[in-house]
Amino acid sequence: MEFNPNKAIYLQIRDSICERILSGELKPEDRIPSVREYGASIGVNPNTVMRTYEKLTQEGVIYNKRGIGYFISQEAKDLVLESSRKEFIENELPVMIRKMELLGLDPKELFDNK
Amino acid sequence: MIEIKDLAFSYGNVPVLKSITTSLEEGRIYGLLGENGVGKTTLLTLLCGLKKADSGSICTDGENPFDRTPSLLEKQYYLPDEVAPVAMKAEVFAKERGAFWPLYDHEIFLTIMKEFENDPSKKMNQMSAGQLKKTYISFGLATGCRYLFMDEPTNGLDIPSKAQFRAAVMKYTPEDSTIVISTHQVRDLENIIDPVIILDKQDVLLNASIEEISEKLYFDYGTTQREDALYREALPGGFLQVCPNTGGEESKVNIEALFNTVHAHKELIKGMFNK
Repeated sequence: MEFNPNKAIYLQIRDSICERILSGELKPEDRIPSVREYGASIGVNPNTVMRTYEKLTQEGVIYNKRGIGYFISQEAKDLVLESSRKEFIENELPVMIRKMELLGLDPKELFDNK
Repeated sequence: MIEIKDLAFSYGNVPVLKSITTSLEEGRIYGLLGENGVGKTTLLTLLCGLKKADSGSICTDGENPFDRTPSLLEKQYYLPDEVAPVAMKAEVFAKERGAFWPLYDHEIFLTIMKEFENDPSKKMNQMSAGQLKKTYISFGLATGCRYLFMDEPTNGLDIPSKAQFRAAVMKYTPEDSTIVISTHQVRDLENIIDPVIILDKQDVLLNASIEEISEKLYFDYGTTQREDALYREALPGGFLQVCPNTGGEESKVNIEALFNTVHAHKELIKGMFNK
């Protein structure tokens, strides 16, 4: 994935986990590393990773088994799909449409030829 | 928990720290930033009891570090910027010194040395500056201290060692430890320091978590100049601008830009964060 230099790090980590859920690399009931393990592996403060995990827990994508760790939830993929689609339509698509207009590209032609 | 209150210190009649009040919580990796000569090293040495405050107080777990009680000394470690090239093999030095720290773990020392690709059987006075620094870092982390003060730890480290240092700090320190790293090399440590403390000649300009900073300031990487920018620098693809965060969106905190913003708007920033 590409990192957006302007996005808060904890959100970048969230996006990376979500992408791995969408691609199927992370499956329901898979355990994800502890905040310290994950932080150490990507060189990020554990508190930052904690914020990512808190957000994903809030969203229902992961859940915490007390004393054991964080796991991917059963409905993770559906939830991520829904939120990612929403984000794409609300944030990325308008930018794309604007750019296509600027470049004089016709969406019909472009997608039909693909 | 360390509480610093109205702390002042001067070298003879040259005042360095005038009135420092702030607190350091457990489970945090503080980045201590400040221009040359504002007293970062002085503050670290006061925190670990090497110097006596002129006035004001430091309270670490209920004790004054300058009392140098064994109960406090055994849970803190200070890594100075310049370290001594002792005429001893690193592993012997570490094992002997380790006796002073009840939680010292020699296996962890050897593991970190290995991760740094540093030879523990080498005499410390025959090491390069970087190897010597890595030996002391490995030792400091292996002490398992609750309070770890490091003065410019990445100075002299080669490129791979910097990433190993970041990983080791998180892997080998107790979860509830308070780590204070003073540094100018903010790019080396950008993603591991949180909260950030910015020290000025008189006082602490900022002691805030990355979360708080990104709530209050917006780091805009864009191509248009913003009127509300407190700070602006040109980048190859546009500008990095720091503005008050009015949209509620969280951006990535750039510590160099933060530092420059804080310095350009001392009072404004203090007002913003001390609410």
